[in-house]
Amino acid sequence: MEERRNTQVMNRAALTKRVVGKLTKQEAVIGGIGNSNWDLWGSGHRAENFYMLGSMGLAAPIAMGVAIAQPERRVFALEGDGSLLMQLGCLSTIAAQAPKNLIVIIWDNGIYQITGGQGTPAAQAGTDLIAIARASGIASAHWAADEAEFDALIDRALTTDGPHVIGARIDNEPGKTQTDRDPIRFRETFMRGMAKPV
Amino acid sequence: MSSAAESAPSWHGIVRQALKDNNVRLVTYVPDNVLRPLIEGCHADPYFTTFPAAREEEAIGIVAGATMAGMRGIVLMQTSGFATLPNVLASLVVASQIPVLMLVSERGTLGEFNPGQAIVCRTMRPILDSMGIEHHTLSRLDEAAFIADRTMRQAFATRWPACLIVSPLIAGGRK
Repeated sequence: MEERRNTQVMNRAALTKRVVGKLTKQEAVIGGIGNSNWDLWGSGHRAENFYMLGSMGLAAPIAMGVAIAQPERRVFALEGDGSLLMQLGCLSTIAAQAPKNLIVIIWDNGIYQITGGQGTPAAQAGTDLIAIARASGIASAHWAADEAEFDALIDRALTTDGPHVIGARIDNEPGKTQTDRDPIRFRETFMRGMAKPV
Repeated sequence: MSSAAESAPSWHGIVRQALKDNNVRLVTYVPDNVLRPLIEGCHADPYFTTFPAAREEEAIGIVAGATMAGMRGIVLMQTSGFATLPNVLASLVVASQIPVLMLVSERGTLGEFNPGQAIVCRTMRPILDSMGIEHHTLSRLDEAAFIADRTMRQAFATRWPACLIVSPLIAGGRK
């Protein structure tokens, strides 16, 4: 089992493109607040993307709701480490309901990048979010050691029952593009995307 | 549940029926003593997918996601739990116009013994009013079915969240 400290530091924009490039079955993607969203936006527009503009920490719960409503569709949450830290209890809720089609990706740079790069208490303490996910009852929770393993973990999440949690240690490069700020349009587009069969 | 209990009208039976009439299948909650009969009734009824969340914000996120994906839902909570919600209501549910239903058992009024609960209670309706979230209080059995059904119907028709408040007048409250 990989530990966080043994993993390579990767790049969120590059990894986001790798994830989106593997989606062929109208999988839903919920982008967390800030840079997680911006890199999702930068990876190309899809009707199945939902960009969460506020409500820090709710990317995984929103994705879980989509996953419960549509068991045939795989659903991704892209969430930052600081965001997940705000809503750690959701890992137990996910473990308890165990939606097979849910995949949570944690981008972990140890900082609150968008507010000026302040360190998180988790980074200072050496908290391991993947270990927390596993201890919460999610058996399939792994750090990606490098890009090749990240790809392999995504492939496995796309072909086996979850819930899956995938951790990626990332650098502190900010998102390259910013989303529009149009939550009603985002909701309408996403609902139209979700109304189409998988 | 005995057949006599089933036939006697109760606030929770009325709410459960209104949920069904409005095709609301997902019930998430953070537990509350007053809500026990509603929570237990939903768990016992296979029409509903019912489960607890660790925190009210999380339950709002789950129901928001499910609603956008075509499964309507409601979050059950007590007054103090509602008080944790203003940010996610404003920035997710209201900003995106997602018809998330809430049902809050009202503590902190009509004989409350805990000063903390009494103060929290006073924040609830001003928070809802400040965001233009329609709320109605169930206080009488003869009005409950109409209020519950119409509140849900309007929420979905207008794509706006709504909140039902269960008063001690109808549920008895904590003594």
